[in-house]
Amino acid sequence: MKKSVFLGTLTVAGLAAGLGSAATLDDVKARGELNCGVSTGLTGFSLPDANGNWTGFDVALCRAVAAAVLGDGTKVKFVPTTGQTRFTALASGEVDMLARNSTWTFSRDTDLKLDFVGVNYYDGQGFMVRKDLGVTSAKELDGATVCIQTGTTTELNLADWFKVNNLSYTPVAVETNAEGEQQYAAGACDAYTTDASGLAATRAAFADPENHVILPEIISKEPLGPAVRHGDNEWADVVGWTLNALIAAEEYGVTSTNMEELAANSPNPEIRRLLGVEGDLGPMIRLDKDWAKRAISVGGNYGEIFAATIGEATPIGLARGLNAQWTQGGLLYAPPFR
Amino acid sequence: MANVADAPKDTFRLSMLLYDTRYRSLTIQVFVFFLFMAGAAWLVDNTMRNLEALGKDFNFGFLWNRAGYDISQRLVEYTNDSTHGRAMLVGLLNTLLVALLGCIAATVIGVIVGVLRLSKNWLVGRLMTVYVEIFRNVPLLLWILLIYAVFTEATPAPNAFRPNPETGLADRSMFLDAIAVTNRYTAVPNSVFSRELGWLDLGLFYINIDVLAVLAAAVLGWWLNRMVKARATRIQNETGVRPATWWSSVLLLLGLPVAVLLALGFHLEFPELRGFNFVGGLNVSNSFMALWLALSLYTGAFIAEIVRAGILAISRGQSEAAFALGLRPGRTMSLVILPQALRVIIPPLISQYLNLTKNSSLAIAVGYLDLRGTLGGITLNQTGRELECVLLMMLIYLAISLVISAVMNVYNAAVKLKER
Repeated sequence: MKKSVFLGTLTVAGLAAGLGSAATLDDVKARGELNCGVSTGLTGFSLPDANGNWTGFDVALCRAVAAAVLGDGTKVKFVPTTGQTRFTALASGEVDMLARNSTWTFSRDTDLKLDFVGVNYYDGQGFMVRKDLGVTSAKELDGATVCIQTGTTTELNLADWFKVNNLSYTPVAVETNAEGEQQYAAGACDAYTTDASGLAATRAAFADPENHVILPEIISKEPLGPAVRHGDNEWADVVGWTLNALIAAEEYGVTSTNMEELAANSPNPEIRRLLGVEGDLGPMIRLDKDWAKRAISVGGNYGEIFAATIGEATPIGLARGLNAQWTQGGLLYAPPFR
Repeated sequence: MANVADAPKDTFRLSMLLYDTRYRSLTIQVFVFFLFMAGAAWLVDNTMRNLEALGKDFNFGFLWNRAGYDISQRLVEYTNDSTHGRAMLVGLLNTLLVALLGCIAATVIGVIVGVLRLSKNWLVGRLMTVYVEIFRNVPLLLWILLIYAVFTEATPAPNAFRPNPETGLADRSMFLDAIAVTNRYTAVPNSVFSRELGWLDLGLFYINIDVLAVLAAAVLGWWLNRMVKARATRIQNETGVRPATWWSSVLLLLGLPVAVLLALGFHLEFPELRGFNFVGGLNVSNSFMALWLALSLYTGAFIAEIVRAGILAISRGQSEAAFALGLRPGRTMSLVILPQALRVIIPPLISQYLNLTKNSSLAIAVGYLDLRGTLGGITLNQTGRELECVLLMMLIYLAISLVISAVMNVYNAAVKLKER
């Protein structure tokens, strides 16, 4: 007994805590709660409200996965992570998944031992400046001071872009979006750069959004998506197909309101399979038949979530753009549910 | 009675390892040593297994890869095409810069405050007490953040120095037309030489030969001045009259370097607002200023206490004797008290220098890219090599601390009481 306590203590002291178990799905079910890594606060994507309830676009994905796996979209523990801590938190098993506007890149997918299971927002890096600077293009930013979140892909894109365009700049490293917002608002930097969606969200949180412009240049591809640990394919399937279910639901017109009716009456076999009326897709990923139905019922399908959190009717006011369904000229394309 | 003096037999039995006090301590030491080594081996083995399970290897090859990010304050040549190893060097030099300047400022503050805290002037003594207690008892991180906030929130943006196109007047004007304190940096004049002697290649970085020439002139002047003084002392010993040396001292200590400066065409380049920012001068970032000031003031408070303790350790008889000899209070302090107090002051002062150097890793809070910010921050993040980066960083901090200790120990040996 004593020996095991001693070894247990050593285990904690050592790096053993750094190793997540391979069967995340079983862990989540046993725990009865999903640990979801989100950003430390980005309006519209993940932000706790006045009552401490997390809301937002990324948060909705966490809740959908929790609903699919545990049957309850509220059984999520949100773990705020910074650009610096997010991958360590995931690799160490502190969180089961990341839904945290993280860019899918080659080295993250391979060298960092993560698995990006899909894209929930197609984004690109942009610049925001004060309107009274009179800058209309990012190419006029020669000599500017630029605030940049450290540990991100945007940091590297920024260096590359300024080099390619033969411009000079002074970087000011900030840790979180909130710090970047504060530095930019205080005038400690001329421009703030991050993903265009993040800029829109940041601007919406200002007292005077009309005094800031987002410059037209988009200098990078930033496919943002949920990530899980490499090597746990079963869990990757669960998270990935939950996202696909939300996307497919929009494509087939399944919403949180008409879902029950469609499940009962729809002749479309694809919808019937998705909603678990026909076939047994759920058991194939070790969930029950109604998993997708529960995922969609929490916040609605992809389109509903988008409209409620970051869409044009919200203060953030993002257009669907690349994030429209493929049938609408966008890039969202869920593989068949079959 | 005769049997009492029998000598115990000198045979060694295994049980004596446990029951004989002569051997028991050895047994315990060996046992604990093995336990310790087993624990260490277990930790290393565990780490290796876990790394393997995560599919990660352990190598430092990433240090030679392209870094890809920019660093705003760099003491040596660096672009985003440089390697991660180079970025580490830039960070290391930034750490050393803030640590060195911090140690100097903290010592100056500490000595002045420590002496003044003992002042007979009630107000001065109490003010110093307030300073020491406030700075010593609030976490350093808060001081860094507070000073940084003051710099960024209470100072104008560079834009405020731009003349209004209609009136031709700016909201703010530069101090003496040379210094501008903004919410990003303090723009100060930069020193430049119009006759460039070129750069000396030292492998890792370049050194400006003009600067070297000026330093050489200063050292030469100092050395010649010592010779002149030694000669004056010799003459004084022989004749009893000391020849005046002040004019040659001034010439050698000041004149020589100034002459070299003038010969090299030394002048100041003043900052001027062009585009978004001040250019031409030297922009000292607010993060550096905040970190430097906070580290100096915080550690200075501790050093003040050490200095005060050192002075109080010298018996009152010493100063009374000095007064009896007719020495003024200032000279008593500098000639009698402080040299003796140094023996008490130096050892704890070493710890304070080490603390300051290690505390400089709080730079991350204000985005000052020191070793923690480059190697342990961005490089760690972009390469995902946590273990390697952290181990390397620990090793470097350890090396810096040991070097500081060694240097200060040499100094301590020089000032300590010489015993025969």
